[in-house]
Amino acid sequence: MARAVTTRRKIATTVLAWAIGLLIFFPIFWTILTSFKTEAQAINNPPLFWGFDFTLENYAVVQERSDYMRFLWNSVIIAGGSTILGILVAVPAAWSMAFVPSRRTKDILLWMLSTKMLPAVGVLYPISLIFVEFNLLDTRGGLILVLMLINLPIIVWMLYTYFREIPAEILEAARMDGATLKAEILYVLTPMAIPGIASTLLLNFILAWNEAFWTLNLTAASAAPLTAFIASYSSPEGLFFAKLSAASTMAIAPILILGWFSQKQLVRGLTFGAVK
Amino acid sequence: MSCKTALRASAALALCVFAGAAAAQDTTITIATVNNGDMIRMQGYTDRFTEETGIAVEWVTLEENVLRQRVTTDITTNGGQFDIMTIGMYETPIWGANGWLVPLDNLSEEYDVDDILPAMRGGLSHDGTLYAAPFYGESSMVMYRTDLMEAAGLEMPAAPTWDDIRAAAEAMNDPANEVYGICLRGKPGWGEGGAFITVTANSFGARWFDEEWNAQFDQPEWEQALTFFVDLMNSYGPPGYATNGFNENLSLFQQGRCGMWIDATVAASFVTNPNDSTVADTVGFALAPDNGLGKRSNWLWAWALAIPAGTQQADAALQFIEWATSREYIELVAENEGWANVPPGARTSLYETPEYQDVPFAQMTLDSINAADPTNPTVDPVPYVGIQFVAIPEFAGIATEVSQEFAEVYAGQQTVQEALANAQALTNDAMEAAGYR
Repeated sequence: MARAVTTRRKIATTVLAWAIGLLIFFPIFWTILTSFKTEAQAINNPPLFWGFDFTLENYAVVQERSDYMRFLWNSVIIAGGSTILGILVAVPAAWSMAFVPSRRTKDILLWMLSTKMLPAVGVLYPISLIFVEFNLLDTRGGLILVLMLINLPIIVWMLYTYFREIPAEILEAARMDGATLKAEILYVLTPMAIPGIASTLLLNFILAWNEAFWTLNLTAASAAPLTAFIASYSSPEGLFFAKLSAASTMAIAPILILGWFSQKQLVRGLTFGAVK
Repeated sequence: MSCKTALRASAALALCVFAGAAAAQDTTITIATVNNGDMIRMQGYTDRFTEETGIAVEWVTLEENVLRQRVTTDITTNGGQFDIMTIGMYETPIWGANGWLVPLDNLSEEYDVDDILPAMRGGLSHDGTLYAAPFYGESSMVMYRTDLMEAAGLEMPAAPTWDDIRAAAEAMNDPANEVYGICLRGKPGWGEGGAFITVTANSFGARWFDEEWNAQFDQPEWEQALTFFVDLMNSYGPPGYATNGFNENLSLFQQGRCGMWIDATVAASFVTNPNDSTVADTVGFALAPDNGLGKRSNWLWAWALAIPAGTQQADAALQFIEWATSREYIELVAENEGWANVPPGARTSLYETPEYQDVPFAQMTLDSINAADPTNPTVDPVPYVGIQFVAIPEFAGIATEVSQEFAEVYAGQQTVQEALANAQALTNDAMEAAGYR
C-alpha cells in the first residue's frame, strides 16, 4: 500500500516537473517556431502551431542584413573574458573569506551583494563618463571589465559557499606538509572545488552572455555583442516578429547548446552539498 | 644584431605610419538609427553613397527607447560614438537649444532646403535654425474598411467629426465575428497612447498647460475628451485595448479585425501591401476627426537625421545627410522599388511628382501633414510648441506617468475623474520641481 502511494506521488511529481519545465520552455519554443513563419503568419490569430508554410527566409534576411559572426565573436570574447577575469579575482577572495575570515567578512560579503540591489541605470552616467575619459567606449576590454565587476559579487558568493564545505583540516594538513599558499590553492583547494568552480564559470558565462543593459549602452559598432544584434530587429513602426524571432534564435543558439552539453555539471554544481 | 633590430623597428614604424595615413583617407561615419522599414531600405542603398563619396558607413540599429537613452547619454557625456543620429521632432528643438546638435545652416544649394515641407522644417528648427533634416515625416489619419462601410450603408466623409467616427464604429462593430468598430492606441508611454489621447484632447478644446504652465486636467474639456474616448473604445473597441500600441493595432487591422484605425500616416503603405495585409484592397483614408472647434486630432512627427556636436566628422556626416534626404535619393528608391515605397512626408516636390499622385494615400498624407500646426496646436493659447507632445525636456517623464493613469481607466481599474485628478497632481508637482511654476 505504502508502495502504491509512493508510485502515485512519483508520477504526480514527474507530471508537475514536466509541466513546469514545458511552461518555462514555451516562450523559447514559440520564438523558435515563429522564426520559421512568414511575417503575416507570425501575427496570425489564432496562433499557428502547425500548418504554416515553413520558411527559412527570415534567417536569410537576417544573415544578409547583419554580420552575425562579428556579433557572435564579440559575445564570446566579452562573456569568456569577463568570466575568466572574474574567476581569477574571485578564487583568492573566496579562499580568504572561507578559510581565514576576519570580523568583517560577513559584512563585506553582504556589502558586495548590496551592489547588486542598485538598478544599473543609476550608475549609467558615472560609468559612461569613466568610459569616455579612458577611451573605453565601444571596446571589448571595457565591457569585459564592467561585466566582470557586476558579476563578481555572485561569483565570490558562489565560490565562498562551495569552499565552506571543504574541510579546513585538509588544507591545514597540506600546510603542515609544507605547501605554500599558492600550492595550497592551486593543487589542494582547486581540484576539490572543481565542480563548484565549473558551475560558477558556466553560470557567469550565461549571465554575461545575456547581459543587455551595459552591452547596449556602452557599445556602438565595433564591440556590440549579440544583445545588440537582437535589439536591432525590434521596430516601433512595423511588424517584424518573424525576423526578430530568427535573430533571437540565432543569438540564443550557442548558449543553449552549451547549456545542453553542460547541464550535468550545472545541476551538480548548483545542488552540490547538503544544504543547497 | 642591434642594428638589425633597429632596422626592423623603423620598418615597422614606417608601416604603421603608412597604414595610419591610409586609414585617415577613407573616412567611416557611424549612424544610430531605428529599425523602421524606410531606414532598413536606406541601409541597403548605402553602398552607392560609399561608391560616390568614398565615405564608409557603419550602422547601429537600436530599439526606439534604447536609442533615445543611448543617444542622450552619448551627447551629454560627449562620448562621440555617433556621427549621425536618428531623432524625432520632440528631441530636435530641445537638443538644438542646448547646443547638442550641429546647426544645418550650410546645406548646399542643390539640396534645396526650401523644398522641405514647411511644417517639418518648423518642427525641426529652434529659433529659425534647422537642426535635423527630415528623412520621413508623418501625421495621423483615419484608415477604414471600405467594404464594411459599404455593407453598413455608410460613407466616410473626407474630413469626419468624432460623431461620424462614432457612428461608423457602431455600424461596423461585430464582436461575434471578432471585428471591432475601431482600434486605437491605449498603451502607456508618451509616444504611444499618450500621443493619441493628447491629440484627441486637442480636438476637444483641451490643452496640457495654460499660459502660466498650470496643468489643465481639472478642466471640463479633458473630462469630455477622456470620457468620449473610453466610452467609444469600451463600446466598439477590441478587448484589452489598454495594452495596444501601433504594432498591435497594425496587426489587428491587417488581419481584418478593425473597422477603423486612426494612426500614423506611414501605416498606409503597410495596410495596403498585399504581402502582409489581408485587407489591402479595401482600405480608405480620411483626415483625423475634429469636434467642430477648428482643431483636428492629427499629430506631426518626423524621423530626422542630426549631427551631434561632439563628432569629429561633421563634414562627412553632412554629406551623408544631404544624400539620404535629397530628391535624388527619393528617385533612387522609386526607380528600384516603386513610388509607394519612397520615404514620405519630407519634401514638397514629392507631392508634385505626377507618379506619386497616383499612390492612393499620397494626397491624404500631405493634407494631414498640412493640417497640423505645431506652433499653434490647441484651441486655447498655450506656452509650448508641439502637437502630441510638449517640447520641454520634462514632458517625456510626465506624459508617460499620465498615460499610465489613463491606461488604468482603459483597463477598468479607476474612473476618468480619478485618473484626471491624479494626472493634475503629478503634472503640477513635476512642473513645480522643474521650476516652471
